[in-house]
Amino acid sequence: MSWKLQSDRPIYSQLMELIELKICSGFYPPGSKIPSVRELAQEASVNPNTMQRALSTLESDGLLISNRTSGRFVTNDESEILKLKKKLAEKNVAEFLQMMSKLGFTKDEIQNAISKSYIWEDNNGNNT
Amino acid sequence: METILKCSNLSKNFGNITALNNLDLDIPRGKIIGLLGPNASGKSTFLKICNELLTPTSGDIFISGYHPGIETKKIVSYLPERTYLNDWMKVSDIVDFFNDFYSNFNKEKAYDMLLKLKINPSDRLKTLSKGTKEKVQLILVMSRDAELYLLDEPIGGVDPAARDYILDTILSNYNENATIIISTHLISDIEKILDYIVFIKDGSVVFTKSVDEIREEHGKSVDSLFREVFKC
Repeated sequence: MSWKLQSDRPIYSQLMELIELKICSGFYPPGSKIPSVRELAQEASVNPNTMQRALSTLESDGLLISNRTSGRFVTNDESEILKLKKKLAEKNVAEFLQMMSKLGFTKDEIQNAISKSYIWEDNNGNNT
Repeated sequence: METILKCSNLSKNFGNITALNNLDLDIPRGKIIGLLGPNASGKSTFLKICNELLTPTSGDIFISGYHPGIETKKIVSYLPERTYLNDWMKVSDIVDFFNDFYSNFNKEKAYDMLLKLKINPSDRLKTLSKGTKEKVQLILVMSRDAELYLLDEPIGGVDPAARDYILDTILSNYNENATIIISTHLISDIEKILDYIVFIKDGSVVFTKSVDEIREEHGKSVDSLFREVFKC
């Protein structure tokens, strides 16, 4: 997964979002160790102090747990991760709905568009 | 936080032209700092004073507790705006030259970077393109284990791919004790790696802020803010 950053929003909050996504998608599984600040900063080509800030905030959010001697780990608490997934899903749905209403779609039309989407059917294994 | 560079009321006049006007700066260790400002705002003059190539008209400057001089040259690695290397020399000669000259030069690091940027050490400098020459010079500067790196327009002449490599090099050389000050116009290329921005104009500091502070407050990149603040 790449570290694509936008230029008009704070870097640390974008880093947080990308790491959250990596946790939700299982790229960093529950309980697994994540790379060091330095490694992550280099991977994302960002300032190490900015990466540090993103990681500490995720830590105080309870998603990461730091162990003084052995580094940082993803939480083992699956309910935390589920909570995060729900939060991100809600955000994405809200953005999607906002875009659709800009396009002039009504609630029924949106539902219709979703059920007709070939991506949706592919994911559910129903071939058209 | 420990200070590496401090200047107060620093001024420099050239005849009746004021290049620096009561510049106050306090730069901590372990940071990557962007020195940004329009043309003729005093960036290069400031960096030259830090390297004792110019002496201030008035005011004070201390680097790690010393005035610019022999002691500071040991710990400051400077990339000037212009090349000063003899172009009849081979790249490998210049590496040896730097290795003799600076006790904190890391020859292995230099060769490693030359290899990564596909520069042949046995080429003579005068046979290299402008961009490649700039790369060589930057490699020499970054191969020193210095406490303060002063880079005057380090990525101006190099292609975008090499630019990325150079920024990676800066990040991988980063350590808690060393500070890097980069003066550049290519803001959008480097803002991701900066801790702080020092905006200067007409020889004085306009403001000092972190990149994320700027993005939070203004909802735009440092590059866009620059274009707005210094609109012609």
